[in-house]
Amino acid sequence: MTLTPAELTSAVSGGIGTSPQRPDGNLKVRGEFAYASDLWHEDMIWGATLRSPHPYARITSVDITEALKVPGVYAVLTADDVPGRNLYGLEHKDQPVLAVDVVRYQGEPIALVGADHPETALRAMKKIVVTYEVLEPVVDMETAVDDTPLHPGGNLVRHVPIRRGSQDVTAEVVVTGRYEVGMQDQAFLGPESGLAVPASDGSVDLYIATQWLHVDRDQIAAALGLPQEQVRLTLSGVGGAFGGREDLSMQVHACLLALHTGKPVKMVYNREESFYGHVHRHPAVLYYEHGADHTGKLVYVRTRMYLDGGAYASSTPAVVANAATLGVGPYEVDNVTVDAYGVYTNNPPCGAMRGFGAVQAGFAYESQMDKLAEALGMSPVDVRVRNAMTEGSVMPTGQVVDSAAPVAQLLKLVQDKPLPAGTSSDIRELPGGVSNTTHGEGVVRRVGYAVGIKNICFSEGYDDYSTARVRVSMVNGSLSAAVHTAACEVGQGLVTIMQQIVRTELGIERVTVLPMDTTIGNGGSTSASRQTYVTGGAVKAACALVRDKLAGRTDIGDEVIDETTEWRHRATEAIDPVTGQGNAHVQYGFAAHRAVVDVDVDLGLVRVVALDCAQDVGKALNPQAVVGQIQGGSAQGLGLAVMEEIQTSGGKVRNPSFTDYLIPTVLDMPPMSIDVLELADPHAPYGIRGVGEPPTISSTPAIVAAIRAATGLALTRVPVRPEHLTGT
Amino acid sequence: MDFLRPETLAEALEIKAERPDAVPIAGGTDVMVELNYDHRRPAALLDLTRIPELQQWEDGLRVGAGVPYVRIIDELGAQLPGLAMASRTVGSPQIRNRGTVGGNLGAASPAGDTHPVLLASDAVIEVASVRGTRMIPAAEFYLGVKRNALEPDELIVAVHLTPAKGPQQFSKVGTRNAMVIAVCSFAISLFPQENRVGAAVGSAAPTPRRAPEAEEFLASALDFKNPKPLLDSVKREFGELVSRAASPIDDVRGSAAYRKHALAVMARRTLGWAWQELLAKKNGSEERPCA
Ligand SMILES: Cc1cc2nc3c(=O)[nH]c(=O)nc-3n(C[C@H](O)[C@H](O)[C@H](O)COP(=O)(O)OP(=O)(O)OC[C@H]3O[C@@H](n4cnc5c(N)ncnc54)[C@H](O)[C@@H]3O)c2cc1C
Repeated sequence: MTLTPAELTSAVSGGIGTSPQRPDGNLKVRGEFAYASDLWHEDMIWGATLRSPHPYARITSVDITEALKVPGVYAVLTADDVPGRNLYGLEHKDQPVLAVDVVRYQGEPIALVGADHPETALRAMKKIVVTYEVLEPVVDMETAVDDTPLHPGGNLVRHVPIRRGSQDVTAEVVVTGRYEVGMQDQAFLGPESGLAVPASDGSVDLYIATQWLHVDRDQIAAALGLPQEQVRLTLSGVGGAFGGREDLSMQVHACLLALHTGKPVKMVYNREESFYGHVHRHPAVLYYEHGADHTGKLVYVRTRMYLDGGAYASSTPAVVANAATLGVGPYEVDNVTVDAYGVYTNNPPCGAMRGFGAVQAGFAYESQMDKLAEALGMSPVDVRVRNAMTEGSVMPTGQVVDSAAPVAQLLKLVQDKPLPAGTSSDIRELPGGVSNTTHGEGVVRRVGYAVGIKNICFSEGYDDYSTARVRVSMVNGSLSAAVHTAACEVGQGLVTIMQQIVRTELGIERVTVLPMDTTIGNGGSTSASRQTYVTGGAVKAACALVRDKLAGRTDIGDEVIDETTEWRHRATEAIDPVTGQGNAHVQYGFAAHRAVVDVDVDLGLVRVVALDCAQDVGKALNPQAVVGQIQGGSAQGLGLAVMEEIQTSGGKVRNPSFTDYLIPTVLDMPPMSIDVLELADPHAPYGIRGVGEPPTISSTPAIVAAIRAATGLALTRVPVRPEHLTGT
Repeated sequence: MDFLRPETLAEALEIKAERPDAVPIAGGTDVMVELNYDHRRPAALLDLTRIPELQQWEDGLRVGAGVPYVRIIDELGAQLPGLAMASRTVGSPQIRNRGTVGGNLGAASPAGDTHPVLLASDAVIEVASVRGTRMIPAAEFYLGVKRNALEPDELIVAVHLTPAKGPQQFSKVGTRNAMVIAVCSFAISLFPQENRVGAAVGSAAPTPRRAPEAEEFLASALDFKNPKPLLDSVKREFGELVSRAASPIDDVRGSAAYRKHALAVMARRTLGWAWQELLAKKNGSEERPCA
């Protein structure tokens, strides 16, 4: 059986502030790490999912008779077979486990097949007969609220208004704009997969690649109609997440099939199904008006933004709140008007993705800052520095930023970096790369700047905590520690961080990371750049309890010291539903980029030559992991700037494959020069500041600013396509 | 599914005659994707990788259908610069290690990268069956979207090409700087001794196709005997004629208008590079006796 990644032990030394090797690093590099798609059980069967081909339709009948007759089929299940609540969701329980009467997006699950072979399951699936009455889909986020209601409460998921200062102040210089952000995908390389193993007492074990074991468990238990303790989850090897595994995919489906058939059930999506199987980044339309005085000081910012949540709410309410509360960017503005709307449509459901609402707003407000600079005849950096927030600045929500906010410093750091050498003669370093489209003809090089802001950890009064257990005993005559949490390692390196913290706190070099599962309390979500902060904080707190019991001993004989504790960051508040005022966030993170871009202005092809970054991380617990996060986040921002988009037409996905959903390769992403600041946040464990998301926000607008400078075009939509640059 | 592994070409042709439904598999970089996605479930796969005749190239040049891209780049770059350039743009190193020109021809995708080069350099495709051998000019090989001139019992054996007698160029547009399917592509071959030009477009019509008007215009506008720097007007007209030869569509990879525009730009630029090479050679060879 291959059910869980091995207990991860490594003999490397290294406490916080160093970069010890990841305990799973060698396995991953050698291709020996067991990902969820490698799960295997002796007598397991395979599950497959029948999905809707229509973005919006009434289901008039589902006939499973023929499918059941296929030899090797163990079960064919529909909504009638869901024993508990056939609705789930991270914030609103609005999404059916299996569709009832209506489908609201292309790819919505309708029926499940369990069979002795994946091929058999597919064959049987094709014999299920579903008849539809196809309906006109709602696809325009700006008019969705007034269109056909797709859910009982209408199509508005959440409206977040913010009113700060004067609402009718005027300014000497005014710039306006309308911006669009396309639908980005997390494009994690390990597709959705899991294995559900039924137990004889009617309970179930699920081995799964996810971002949050406990919230999965709660939703699964509710759908199965089981008490929570009868649903046990163990984290399997996760091949990337980026927010795309916060919502359920096949979790309930595999458990349903397992409980129905009494057999272990494995489900693995292929790449195409994966595009239908998880939520994406919200596409957005954003209207902005910036007013400034002649010195460049911002007088007001007004914005109205629409975020397309697609067919189900997922985390749309929180995404909208982020876009709204972070909607003016890392700038001081006294007069702010924000109206952010998250809506239902029949487009693919959208939810969490790295940057979570701050990315969409960031592209728009940074484009506006460039426009303002141009209107004022100022440099892009100067206009940003003129308005840069600092510690003590007040957010549009009225919240005072109470730790380092080195916005101006970050901008100056990237501005002062040396520029790369002139245009290369190696085609691999020119726009088009090996495709041999230019030897320098048409190539214009320009520079762009951007800076962004992101909230770290969960917000708006959410009780955000993590649970950690640290156990110490003697192994071969010396102290050895094991650390246990339910916090998901999705590739970011939490396993290493936890080892480092235990080593630092207890002085014990040998630290084992136990498999992450639900036998321990909630570890919270691996999202909002929060695990090092919150689970790191919990591990540190558990170590303190262990340390007290150790009392300086290096030999504890047969004694086992085993301490479990919960740790929470300081509380946040809900925001006022009318004015948007309130201390919504616990911490803010900042990053700035300078992009140097070669644009082939005749062919509309782009090569990012340099994408240098400066970011404050409070304290780099693992400097190499920090740099890795900044590189990865910047690359994802580059993808959104110039290539990554799920294209839809009438609610249907046109490019559900890696052939046509392009993500950057090593020839698209330049090596980066990165400055990491360590300005400790006194409220956070070790002073750390979440790292993973801020670089994703500023990377995109910096690149687009450079392309604008090279072409003189307005470029109000990302990703920028060759058509936009060539007017074709 | 049967997996048939002939050791010789003769054996393979017999099998193909008996089982025309057997799907040939060379590098498998197209076939395996289709199998994975359940787009195709053939009753049998006919593995061509053991057949020595397909893995070789001979002077002359007859390039076996099963020679992978990496060998074309490494071993034939000097003789077939255009094909090597196109090969260099195919996929990733892994794909270039496995993928073959025979497979590109078998798949006959309008976006296949070798097609414009084969068209522009007058390649002839050698196909065979138990009934005998046929020599099909590239221009007659592509019949429709993913359809070629092969009969069900035939296999592609080799591609015949003459070693380049003049400059060749290949250029392809994609929205990523590597490992990208062509939005559109273009190949040019100059035949100075024959006062002739080959030009062809890819991914801009239901099949890859030549641009005959552009070829004729250029052949008459260029003075191969006495090459002088190119006039911009010649490049522009050539680009226009190439663009006009295409009949592209709007799809998820790009708009028809962009494709037409990009073809004109690529045609101008590749002509410029090819002509520059010719001029440099001419000057080089004239200078040599004096040195
Ligand atoms: C990740 C990836 C990237 C790719 N990138 C590119 C790219 O940039 N450009 C590009 O052009 N292509 C690309 N391809 C497609 C593919 O690699 C090429 O078409 C390649 O040339 C196929 O060669 P093969 O030997 O692998 O063919 P196979 O997959 O073995 O066969 C392809 C087809 O040809 C038939 N066939 C093969 N050999 C013969 C023969 N001797 N006689 C008769 N029929 C035969 C097969 O039956 C099948 O229909 C890519 C594919 C992948 C998976």
